[in-house]
Amino acid sequence: MAIECLSYSYSLNCVEWSLLPPATEEMITQTAGLKGRFQGDPSYEYEPPEKKGEENERIYEEEGIPMIKEEIRLVTTIDQIDKAVGMIPRGAFIKTPIGPVHENRNFEGLSLTEAKKLNSYFHFTEPVNLKNRTLLEKADLDPSIDFLDSLEHDIPKGSWSIQLERGGSLVILRSLLWPGLTFYHIPRTKQYGYIYLGTGEKNIDLPFML
Amino acid sequence: MADPSEDPSPEAQAPSSEQLDPSPPSGQGPDQGTPPAQGPDQPTEPGQGTPPAMGPYQPSEPGQGTPPAMGPYQPRQALYQPSQTGQFPYESYEPGQTPYQPHQPGQITTPGQVPYQLHQPGQSAYEAHQMGQELRQSIYQPHAPGQTPYQAQEPRGSLYRQQEPMLGPYEPFAPEHGPYQPHEPGYGLYQPGYSPCENEISDPGPRALAIQNAKAYLMKSSTKSGLNLYDHLARMLTKILDERPINAVDIIENISKDVKWAQFQKKMDTLRDEHEMLPTFELAEKYKALFLKGTGEGGDQEPEEEITDTPLPNVMETAFYFEQAGVGLSMDENYHILLALKQLVSTQPIQTCRFWGKILGLETNYIVAEVEYREGEEEEETEEEEVIEEGGKEGSEGEEEDEEKEDDEPPKSTYKPPLAVPKEENRTGTNKFIYFVCNEPGKPWVKLPPVTPAQIVAARKIKKFFTGRLDAPIVSYPPFPGNEANYLRAQIARISAGTQISPLGFYQFGEEEGDEEEEGGAGRDTYEENPDFEVISVTELADSLSNWVHHVQNILIQGRCAWVNPSQKSEEEEEEGEEEEKTEEPDEPQPEVGPPLLTPLSEDAEIQNIPPWTSQLSTNLVPQYAIAVLQSNLWPGAYSFAIGKKFDNIYLGWGHKYSVDNYSPSLPPSVQAEYPSGPEITEMSDPTVEEEQALKAAQEEALAAAEEIDELEEEEDEDEDD
Repeated sequence: MAIECLSYSYSLNCVEWSLLPPATEEMITQTAGLKGRFQGDPSYEYEPPEKKGEENERIYEEEGIPMIKEEIRLVTTIDQIDKAVGMIPRGAFIKTPIGPVHENRNFEGLSLTEAKKLNSYFHFTEPVNLKNRTLLEKADLDPSIDFLDSLEHDIPKGSWSIQLERGGSLVILRSLLWPGLTFYHIPRTKQYGYIYLGTGEKNIDLPFML
Repeated sequence: MADPSEDPSPEAQAPSSEQLDPSPPSGQGPDQGTPPAQGPDQPTEPGQGTPPAMGPYQPSEPGQGTPPAMGPYQPRQALYQPSQTGQFPYESYEPGQTPYQPHQPGQITTPGQVPYQLHQPGQSAYEAHQMGQELRQSIYQPHAPGQTPYQAQEPRGSLYRQQEPMLGPYEPFAPEHGPYQPHEPGYGLYQPGYSPCENEISDPGPRALAIQNAKAYLMKSSTKSGLNLYDHLARMLTKILDERPINAVDIIENISKDVKWAQFQKKMDTLRDEHEMLPTFELAEKYKALFLKGTGEGGDQEPEEEITDTPLPNVMETAFYFEQAGVGLSMDENYHILLALKQLVSTQPIQTCRFWGKILGLETNYIVAEVEYREGEEEEETEEEEVIEEGGKEGSEGEEEDEEKEDDEPPKSTYKPPLAVPKEENRTGTNKFIYFVCNEPGKPWVKLPPVTPAQIVAARKIKKFFTGRLDAPIVSYPPFPGNEANYLRAQIARISAGTQISPLGFYQFGEEEGDEEEEGGAGRDTYEENPDFEVISVTELADSLSNWVHHVQNILIQGRCAWVNPSQKSEEEEEEGEEEEKTEEPDEPQPEVGPPLLTPLSEDAEIQNIPPWTSQLSTNLVPQYAIAVLQSNLWPGAYSFAIGKKFDNIYLGWGHKYSVDNYSPSLPPSVQAEYPSGPEITEMSDPTVEEEQALKAAQEEALAAAEEIDELEEEEDEDEDD
């Protein structure tokens, strides 16, 4: 399955834009332990997070990787957000029998009743849990549409807030895991999308907050 | 009749398109005049060459039984139907129409040019014909046999051109079909045959049969959807002709889908017995109350209010500034909130009113209004509430006592509940303002209960999402005293204390309060607007946090703004039991002192190297009109702006305090120590039989001894009596 590769840019003033490098595994592991707010300076350098119980390795790491630039953290954060909570409504993309996935030109939007349910929305990344579902659960799936993980099975349960605005003419989904990510969909139209406006911090307190 | 008429017409077109491929070349061929050219158009035509045109058709019809032959015929049938519907009974026309059909496709194609582009040459020929009758005539003339008919038809042709698009034209076309030279050879024959009667007689058997067969096939309903192609095509074409979309051929698939979809919905309609309330309608009903002028209070009073100071805040103006700061709600929502606030102001005795902000919830959100009642207005209500609360407490205590008596007085617990810190009076401290919330503008405003110190202390220890239902329980550890309304109120108090700020000097302490401070030592808690406030320039406001001050009192660890010694309180209240008096014995708690009111922001504590506030100008490009914007990092979602004498605070967020570290719920208290084991509670081993017997013997001896003693005593008594 191929989901097109995107590139990201960032800007501090919306006029001058800089291209971000694609996130690599190495970057992700490097920045995994960083906490706190972003500084707003791409060249700001973070001290590498300390790793407990790996002191021997840590010495080498300190020699090899002295500092982590905020730009790198930004890259991985964007990558994480897209992977964790990037989403589309069900049916907006279809998978052809040969394999490639493309936009569904005939997507007419979700109905109001569908739009209220979490299982009408999919993670827009490679499915992880789909194969682990039982045969019974898979029975009702349409392979050309249901080829992604639905939000319904996200852990912890209830990590999304669905709200109807304007008397049902607009559906808003907010991620509680990544507060700041908001998805909108106008039922019965092709209009949908999501935007992240936040501090770039994952809400790891979520299980306590529900 | 309408349906059938529609049906045929669309179908006619559809088939025509199919035929076009063959027809265009043929169409031209025929025009140019060779009857044989027509032959290619349709299998029947060669047969037509023979004068008994009818005869040839019949042979061709059998040929139609074969798939290729069927193709052309079916279109013809379709063509027939339209003509029939439009004009006459179907059967009568069939004969006459047969000849027309070939023409119709051609004609139709000219209007529907898109599909036919390939055939354009043919079209051009047609157009040429249409352009002038003369041309046609000239063309036709070569076809001499057909001429006679053409002349008669020419007028029709002219009509036809004008009417090109629609079904109506079909009738006039009939003659034009003549031009379709393919038919021409037979045309002469056809003309006579044109009269319905002849055709009926001649065509009938096989052709009608083929038509019926084809139609039957088309009308065969799908086993899956229950639809049939015949009706579907008819609906599609009806829809196309009704709507006349541009480039219909390009979107024919979508039209087909739409038609099927619409059909499906129709079925749903039949299922819908109950009148369904549209959510938008409900919303409109809700908003209607907002937009109606002078509800309840009467419109007459409004002018007076307008003259005097109205407590209604100018939400739209502040929204304008906050929009520059990059935060705020949509214009629509702001206006609805403004109307809702107006409603609130008109129904409550409100002195001041402010749009505090919006707290997001899982199911719905809270819109929060911060109000102050007019002097003396709210006293009654609050007293009532207090009475209720106290009554509740007493009641519960009483029940407990009763239970204790019934339960044979189990050992009294030595646990001493921590002293309840008394709630702050209305208009002071954390209860200075009253807060109203509603889920959506237009829904009723709900007054939040006053906050208690215990709730604030508990709220600091938990981090929970709001659900949007005020009566939702707060399931947390440590347990929160109250439901979501109380939690919401506590968070509002905390956020207000942390983020309500104003430019330095806008507020000043009143003179009276100075004395109070000396007396109570709790810090001055009121302020008034400084009439001599000198405007601080925007750049200075943005540059230095010391130009901003908190104008809401800091909440102490105790959960109050003004510190109170809980043990003192308990002395005064004699009602409370002796247990609480014991708590006085421990060290007198040190009074907590927080930063006084109107403390500059620059003294706010950092959050682990993160500055508590981020300040900036709304724009660097037009600094002369920029506003100063402050954003709280401690309470993400809290914003303030200031320009000149205008400033405001707003909170739009989840209602949670920021912390770098993960939230870790406080641990449950350590397990209480076991009861000290001693001889009185240790279990004794059962006596053995010997021991029992020994004991028995001892007891008997004792008894015997006692009897002896008794006897002796009796004797003594007797002696004494004596």
